Amino acid sequence: MVDITRPTHTKTSRSEAIAFVLMVGFFMVAPAFIYPVFLMKMLCFALFACAFNLLIGYVGLLSFGHALYFGWASYLTAHSAKVWGFPPELAILTGAATAALFGLVAGSLAIRRQGIYFAMITLALAQMMFFFALQAKFTGGEDGIQAVPRGWLFGFINLQDQTNMYITVLVIFLAGFLLIYRIINSPFGEVLKAIRENEARAISLGYKTERYKLVAFVLSATLAGVAGGTKAIVLQIASLTDVNWPMSGEVVLMALVGGLGTVFGPVVGAFVIIAMQNYLAQVGTWVTVIQGVVFVICVLLFRRGIVGELANLLRIKL
Amino acid sequence: MVEIFGIPSQALFGQLLLGLINGSFYALLSLGLAVIFGMLNIINFSHGAQYMMGAFVAYFLLQYFGLNYWVALLVAPIVVGCFGIAIERLFLQWLYKLDHLYGLLLTFGVALIVEGLFRNQFGSSGQPYQMPDQLVGGQNLGFMFLPNYRAWVIALSLGVCLTTWFIIERTKLGSYLRAATENPTLVRAFGINVPRMITLTYGFGVGLAGLAGVMAAPIYNVSPQMGAELIIVVFAVVVIGGMGSIMGAIVTGFGLGVVEGLTKVFFPEASNTVIFIIMAIVLLIRPAGLFGRRG
Repeated sequence: MVDITRPTHTKTSRSEAIAFVLMVGFFMVAPAFIYPVFLMKMLCFALFACAFNLLIGYVGLLSFGHALYFGWASYLTAHSAKVWGFPPELAILTGAATAALFGLVAGSLAIRRQGIYFAMITLALAQMMFFFALQAKFTGGEDGIQAVPRGWLFGFINLQDQTNMYITVLVIFLAGFLLIYRIINSPFGEVLKAIRENEARAISLGYKTERYKLVAFVLSATLAGVAGGTKAIVLQIASLTDVNWPMSGEVVLMALVGGLGTVFGPVVGAFVIIAMQNYLAQVGTWVTVIQGVVFVICVLLFRRGIVGELANLLRIKL
Repeated sequence: MVEIFGIPSQALFGQLLLGLINGSFYALLSLGLAVIFGMLNIINFSHGAQYMMGAFVAYFLLQYFGLNYWVALLVAPIVVGCFGIAIERLFLQWLYKLDHLYGLLLTFGVALIVEGLFRNQFGSSGQPYQMPDQLVGGQNLGFMFLPNYRAWVIALSLGVCLTTWFIIERTKLGSYLRAATENPTLVRAFGINVPRMITLTYGFGVGLAGLAGVMAAPIYNVSPQMGAELIIVVFAVVVIGGMGSIMGAIVTGFGLGVVEGLTKVFFPEASNTVIFIIMAIVLLIRPAGLFGRRG
């Protein structure tokens, strides 16, 4: 039996280290042969999916309302950069802080119920905030906030330059990714996993599980906010799409396709889903149907996801 | 003109009636969700899509077979219920041993497929559906005008809800159902075919959604999106009421419809969000929901 009062510090496994190096290497050379704006969008969604996975994969909480944090952060980032004239780093922080605040409120409501109710509550709260976004003046309603200036990072790095922008997004993504990795391998992360496996037992061992769940929720919301804010700067637009329920479904799909509870899964999942949307853009509305089919197939036959299956096949940790 | 709280009584009662109509749909849909959840432990995310299918089946019946509303009222729930049974046999039955989340994700996928297919075929705009001749017109009650069809929807919904409650809480079949919810293994040991009961329960719950769809067709346009946002509101209704009690689902559904109607009169900006706000308040005061049991 594992003594969870003194968590064992899991060392970074060699497979994870190799995979990380491969991932960083890929993102360094990728702009040479893949359209950079597509890659940047993909990196934002990868961070979004990683943030979502922190909850579902390591605490066992399914949030069906993560568009709330992603979308509202992108609105606040876009608004502060465009109207208040914030520099990009401050604008993204504004977005992230907004997401953290909403995460604190929504999280403290949602953790009052377990299991399936949790998913319904997060979805309902996100829908409520969607209506606020629809009615609020500053969001621009159906038009969204367009022509968001990318500005100068720290006052001297011109983000209009595609290479500068790409490096910035990559750094943000890697920082978020490593932070999540650190969280899930910390003593705090061990308690989260204990809650996922058996909450009643974690409570009986004296852990205030509600507090742990809330902190994890706020962390996840904040990182989703960083992703949303960065996306608003990269694509220079914040719109209702980012805050509506299909976006919440999409991030679930990314994590599911890549592999719930795997470190690299959400990144792969985001890549697959964004690429699919990109290349299937010609078939228009069929994208929804295909996404539905992918959902059904994943749930029935492929629950470990791409990375999960790979890790299982090679008997390594990813 | 008579005024109540500074609002003309016509407007007040008119919105109250609209609220009751919405409440009828909330009640029917949350009842179906509660019945399905009780038996399958699955939140049926495709409930909204199945409601939409009910409306479309009614539309097809009229358009291609010339069969009227009354036939649709009977046939559409059966068709949609059979679709539900197929989904259960094909997909859901493999998920019962897994975490509840997978059932939610699978039915979400089904909803995306169904709604996507209908949108490809019919676009986003709605198709009008003729009100049955017998129910055109209305009654002047003195203080308000009551359209016949709306009165019919409220009465029918109430009737179906109470019948369902009666079957589940007061009949032998219902006692089997409730027993199987508590302890399926033991009920199976008594020689009752629990898997078939589960399948039929899902079909019944989905059929209720189809029925709601037919009833909605003459009021709202028949459109592929009609169920997508409604289902999220119904989720909030279910969180408020708690899924432990059938009567709770019915009362909460109608009650919240009325509250929403009143909000339209007194504070129209909040009419979209009032149910979610009530949900947040209920979670603060009574985390288990109004009729729910803790856990």
